[in-house]
Amino acid sequence: MSELKFIEGYPEYMYKLIEIVHETRTARMKEPPKAMTLEEREEVLKIHPDYAPGGKREIKVGPNKGEIAPNEVVDLLEAYPVIDPDEIDLEKVDYEPDVLIIGGGLAGTTAALWANNMGVPVENILLTTKLRHGDSNSIMAQGGTQAADRPEDSPVIHFLDTIGGGHFANKFDVVRALVEDAPYIIQWLTELGAMFDRDENGNFVELAGGGASRRRMHAAGDYTGLEELRVIRDEFRNRKIPCLEFYPAIELLTDVEGRVVGAVLWNMETGEYKIVKAKVTILATGGFGRLHIRGFPTTNHYGATCDGVVIAYRAGAKLRDMDTAQYHPTGAAYPQQIIGLLLTEKLRGAGAQVVNIDGEAFVYPLEPRDVEAAAIIRECYIRNKGVTTPTGIRGVWLDTPMIDLIHGEGTIKKSFPGMVRMYKRFGIDITKNPVLVFPTLHYQNGGVETDPNGRTNLEGLLVAGEVSGGVHGKNRLMGNSTLDCLVFGRRAGITAAEYVKKGVTVGKPTLNHVKKYIKQLEEAGITTKRKSPILLPDYRGKAVLARMIDIF
Amino acid sequence: MGETLDIMERIRESNKSVTTGLDEKDIKHWVTIYIMGKAYRVPADLTLMQAIEFAGYRFIRGAGCRAGFCGACATVYRKEGDYKLRTAMACQTRVEDGMYLVQIPFAPAEKPSYDISKEEASLSVVFKYFPEIARCVSCNTCTKACPQDLEVMDCVQAILRGDFKFAAENSFECIQCGLCAMRCPAEIVHYHLFQLVRRIHGKYNLPPEPNLKKRIEEIKEGKYNEEFERILKLSLEELKEMYRKREIKLD
Repeated sequence: MSELKFIEGYPEYMYKLIEIVHETRTARMKEPPKAMTLEEREEVLKIHPDYAPGGKREIKVGPNKGEIAPNEVVDLLEAYPVIDPDEIDLEKVDYEPDVLIIGGGLAGTTAALWANNMGVPVENILLTTKLRHGDSNSIMAQGGTQAADRPEDSPVIHFLDTIGGGHFANKFDVVRALVEDAPYIIQWLTELGAMFDRDENGNFVELAGGGASRRRMHAAGDYTGLEELRVIRDEFRNRKIPCLEFYPAIELLTDVEGRVVGAVLWNMETGEYKIVKAKVTILATGGFGRLHIRGFPTTNHYGATCDGVVIAYRAGAKLRDMDTAQYHPTGAAYPQQIIGLLLTEKLRGAGAQVVNIDGEAFVYPLEPRDVEAAAIIRECYIRNKGVTTPTGIRGVWLDTPMIDLIHGEGTIKKSFPGMVRMYKRFGIDITKNPVLVFPTLHYQNGGVETDPNGRTNLEGLLVAGEVSGGVHGKNRLMGNSTLDCLVFGRRAGITAAEYVKKGVTVGKPTLNHVKKYIKQLEEAGITTKRKSPILLPDYRGKAVLARMIDIF
Repeated sequence: MGETLDIMERIRESNKSVTTGLDEKDIKHWVTIYIMGKAYRVPADLTLMQAIEFAGYRFIRGAGCRAGFCGACATVYRKEGDYKLRTAMACQTRVEDGMYLVQIPFAPAEKPSYDISKEEASLSVVFKYFPEIARCVSCNTCTKACPQDLEVMDCVQAILRGDFKFAAENSFECIQCGLCAMRCPAEIVHYHLFQLVRRIHGKYNLPPEPNLKKRIEEIKEGKYNEEFERILKLSLEELKEMYRKREIKLD
């Protein structure tokens, strides 16, 4: 690429195209594009990766046998365990907490705090996580957390927005819990000292996300997830709740009655396994972005590899809505170093339009995410009005400088410090020039089916956050994911505490469900060498892998 | 139908360089970097993190969000012929020829415990938990070490003056990577200190929100129960109609 001449961080030919964006800005601002009708949405969704042909297949084994899911997910469900169940010594139990929490993002951490709030002593709680405590998609959440707290808004309107965005496939009782707990969750966070954006009078600054009919996004700049997570993690650490890092769960444990009674953990650095026997297990392991569904880049953190769904499925947990994935409309398409990384929807909430190569704002900026993403794919690949980067990626412009024109100079710097910083590191000033975007894999809409209190079809297993399915239907709205983690993390923690208080006795831990699952795989004629959970993606160079000798 | 399938394949192909390991034949420009002293030839367009992976390393520690939000990939490096030690987040920094680098994925720093509900917005709280703050010699090493380019020392000095607001707002973009604490000659643990100060400022100095309080009470009193019950009885078609007709008020 060094033969290209660069201007303000862009190759010369791209910079010339940016001039069109500058020239058309005033006219576009006067006549913004209109929202689509439900019929228009249906039409454009045909090009969305969820609805375009290919990319999926039927699941051949387990509770959701016969249902359709992305190939990358089915590959993991139709794979053999990483352990041989006969080789694992279950006699020696290493930890015996009342409540085991698997996952250290917002949902898991919140669950631990609320189990403790409801009377489970800290020494009877154990949180285990694959990477560091806090390494999660939660910490990367930028835009905000929805809560209907303004006079012109209500939980009912938040409910309607959510089910409409989810194509009415959501579990309505779970959505109701989400929207009715939302204001309390914001209050809980502020009482713990979280700093949400305020105006000069101390009132919350609230913007709208795509598919929302009111402004109800509570944000902390574009570091919302970081602020929420580090505050509750600090609270967690102050209470000295036991926590294991770099210890993913590689299988759940069940007793003879099929109840979930703990998990097998694996020390990623030494390879040693540990047996945890627990009265109740809360699964909060997040989603699947690092599976790169349909070959899309992703916004997700390094560990988002669908582990929770895989191990729960083997234990007999029922999944739902696994057939859809959320592609965030605006992932970075340039420069090469940050492809797929998130450009928060809050940018569009603040007025930035999505613009094609001719300077036309071709889509209403706040459609639900799947509709917005599909419209961008259509613009780039059917109408051929995208801009192609030197490495062959197509994208459209997100006209960020509009934000300062609408809200006053300095707004971008103040409200989007993370975005400004990321682009500045690669020589681009987003207050001055637009950025090139294309949809990126963002969120696992479905997961282990949950009820309003985090319960699953398996006794002893609760779920919260992205690993769960039901609350978002077939498409999640912005600001409902951090909210999901907080609401259902709290509810799962409370449910777990009540469950333990009732005085449960659990049977001897076994891996019978794993043996049974292996048998089912064999009977279905699945002869693959694939193993799961995969725990981490592999980005090592192909040349190195081709000449690697595996001695250690 | 065939056309959309083809489009999906074209998108997959265009993103291959970031979704799977890189293939040498696709690379035009190379640089040499030294990972803990060992030389590797890597593509010039990569971040430090991508380059380390290209060289054949598979991260367990040292990679987190991969987008500049988590602080897992704190890196110290020096350039050939230069004595200066620099810091970076490996996922947010492009490789340069002649970089000598090492990651510091863990900071063995003390984290005091406190009960935020029992503290108050005063300097005595800070001295109680972080007495070493008094040892700050204003050398500014922390600021120079910060990969987020925060004014770290100014925040410490603001706290010593009792200006929690300044410290809370100016440390807000701290990703708690720990590089400041690792470099500080006074052994101050800035990132834990700032966490305490932000929580105190957020809890005690920011005003309560009347709208929020009112709405929580309304929900508790069951103000929306009737409406929810009515809606939950509607048919799918009626619900869709209601959604379609809902008023959009974004002004």
